[in-house]
Amino acid sequence: MGKETRTVIVAGVGGQGILLASNLLSEAAMEAGYDVKKSEIHGMSQRGGDVISTVRFGEKVYSPIVGLGAADVILAFEKLEAMRNLPYLRKDGTVIVNDYRIDPLPVASGYMEYPEGIIEFLRERVKTIALDARQLAEKAGNIRTMNVVMLGVLSKSLDIPEETWLRVIERRVPKKAVEANKVAFRLGREVAENAEL
Amino acid sequence: MKKAILSGNEAIARGFWEGGGHFATAYPGTPSTEILENIGKYPEIRAQWAVNEKTSLEIALGASFAGARSLVAMKHVGLNVAADPFFSASYIGATGGLLVVSCDDPGMHSSQNEQDNRWYALHAKVPMFEPTDSHEAKELTKQALSLSEKFDTPWLIRSTTRISHSLSIVELGEREEVEIKGYEPDFEKRNLLPVNARKRHEVVEERTLKLREFSETFWGNRIEEGDPSLGIVANGISYQHAKEVFPEATFLKLLMTWPLPDRLIREFASKVKKIFVVEEGDPYLEMYLKAMNLGIEIVGKDKIPMTGELNPTIVREALTGEKPSYFEIPKIPHRPPALCPGCPHTPVFYILNRLKANVTGDIGCYTLGALPPLSAMDTCVEMGGSIGNAFGIEIAEAMRGLDPRKKKLVAVIGDSTFYHSGVTPLIDLFYNNGITTVIILDNSITAMTGHQENPGSGVTLKGVPGRRVDLESVVRGIGIEHVYTVDSFDMKTLKEVINREIHRKEPSVIIAKRPCVLLPQMKRRKYTYAIADPQKCTSCTLCWKLGCPAISVTRDKKTWINPDLCVGCGVCIDVCPVDAIYLADPHADNARKAGEEVLGWVKKQEQ
Repeated sequence: MGKETRTVIVAGVGGQGILLASNLLSEAAMEAGYDVKKSEIHGMSQRGGDVISTVRFGEKVYSPIVGLGAADVILAFEKLEAMRNLPYLRKDGTVIVNDYRIDPLPVASGYMEYPEGIIEFLRERVKTIALDARQLAEKAGNIRTMNVVMLGVLSKSLDIPEETWLRVIERRVPKKAVEANKVAFRLGREVAENAEL
Repeated sequence: MKKAILSGNEAIARGFWEGGGHFATAYPGTPSTEILENIGKYPEIRAQWAVNEKTSLEIALGASFAGARSLVAMKHVGLNVAADPFFSASYIGATGGLLVVSCDDPGMHSSQNEQDNRWYALHAKVPMFEPTDSHEAKELTKQALSLSEKFDTPWLIRSTTRISHSLSIVELGEREEVEIKGYEPDFEKRNLLPVNARKRHEVVEERTLKLREFSETFWGNRIEEGDPSLGIVANGISYQHAKEVFPEATFLKLLMTWPLPDRLIREFASKVKKIFVVEEGDPYLEMYLKAMNLGIEIVGKDKIPMTGELNPTIVREALTGEKPSYFEIPKIPHRPPALCPGCPHTPVFYILNRLKANVTGDIGCYTLGALPPLSAMDTCVEMGGSIGNAFGIEIAEAMRGLDPRKKKLVAVIGDSTFYHSGVTPLIDLFYNNGITTVIILDNSITAMTGHQENPGSGVTLKGVPGRRVDLESVVRGIGIEHVYTVDSFDMKTLKEVINREIHRKEPSVIIAKRPCVLLPQMKRRKYTYAIADPQKCTSCTLCWKLGCPAISVTRDKKTWINPDLCVGCGVCIDVCPVDAIYLADPHADNARKAGEEVLGWVKKQEQ
């Protein structure tokens, strides 16, 4: 990977643990010796709106955000949000998407339809790793670890040692949830290992 | 050197602490809120939530009179509220260092406008710093404290959402302990009678000359030598975007953007062939540079958008014409934020929608009641605007010779917004014989910005018990006779009371009361959930119109309730006309019961 700045957009719905995930990613990158910047929009985040957090790291990072066609990875905790943020991805970038649906209000109240075939739409265009992170989180013993499952998948494609990730998880996650989160991280990492054929 | 990754807001808090700050106060407002929340964690500093931005600045100015190093933080529009003391403070100066932090919101992620508060520095003749990352945010805050004392002036720190809410690496320092000097009267300096103020204005103009000289050699204003064919002038986050795209260009980086360094600008202009001014918002720097008659081409807002946020891609396209390559997507449903499952505001807006009332609204979570399907708020202007706006409509309708009650006018305002600036328009309405109905949505907290305590909470920022202001007593104290406190979940009573009061020929205030469902004492619980029986559901759509995020519509147009999101408040059970919805476990804990317990707790505190 080297000197080039890498950009990960973490996207999802308020309440899915996006800000914790992007904090863990930022800290892991800092511990691995990179310059790091992270930007996020909150305020509406607890109210079910879409949430985006951008993490950038490299030898020297200037802007904390990117525009269209510039992110290396979209890490989406919900599939409609993967699609919404696709324009920010480089054309040779990667989407890691949780195959999970949360109806936005216009769909829930019957005004609009939730798009069908989002995963196929993504696969036709770009390298896509799709997984059921909720199920893996359940397997890890706590559905709230879904965000860490997603980080586990992401971790495989970043130049940050696995021990660093686990150390950051130990430090940042509430004590009684540390074990479940570590299991969740490894389950996610396995998904990425199997995806890289 | 110890390092940490901090947001701009955390860094400002740290800088205030390192610089020996004594006292800080603020009214919460995105993107500024976390500054005071983080300052509140330092035991050496007294920190407290203010009722509004004006009172915050008045109190901080008083603390500065007595020699305490003080800070106020606010969102951009908050400085409009505090503008009156801000302009006077400029004339008076600062005995103890006085910092005013303004966090602007380009892109309006959580605001009603995109005003560019750099003009306030120029307008009020107050020096201004603008950091470009968290480390600078910390350093500038720290240094501004002693500079404020040295130049005897309040100091404006101007941040934006992407500074305040971006994290970057900061080198931490130690706290410098400074003594509070104590209060000594200084009539000629602090009593702005015209006879004194005229002299103070002279002082301010002399001070600006000295500050301009300081700005020339200040470390934060500097030329970064590079390719002379491209000269870029940039401030704040725009500097980072431009540096990313044109790392080789010659930069004039400006951290002190009022007063501006004229000689340094001329030196920069002599080194480059052409100047690009990269700035978000208004052409603040561009107008200044153009007025200097530098004899060189200056490109600015003719290329760089005036609206919204910038990012590296936009800067590149604006200055090179290079279009980004990206995947386009079809139109997909947007995901607006919504009132939470179990939100006490939902039933109120549902009823206002059913009654077809004309509703003037205000600023807070409850502004979300404007969105479909609740669609129960016509206007939202600024903090505290709802009551005056409704009264104005009432006046104009009456002047047409109509009975304004036919308009079913209702002003809706939250408890925190009411304390902020709703009390004075209510006095106006009462005094001038208005009859408009006011609904105060009382959830006992400032919810939108992330649960800050307010005068109705009975707890202070530091978590210790504070005196509690009783809403009903405030309203009755004005003289309003018709004041009704109703449980927001008691939809039958609520509907009766609203319908009765909007037809009354006298002013009335309805306090719709329930604790916010996200309060810590509400949130740390496991609730049961509601189930909709698809056999009984007649697809009447009534529960869909609550706009509850837990309720959705199945493919065969039946109600489905997401058990992961539902908190069992039972509001949908109340609106269902065919009893198709029921609680999974009627004996288990649910948000309605929990709310009653919290209300009971509040009542106990009152006794």
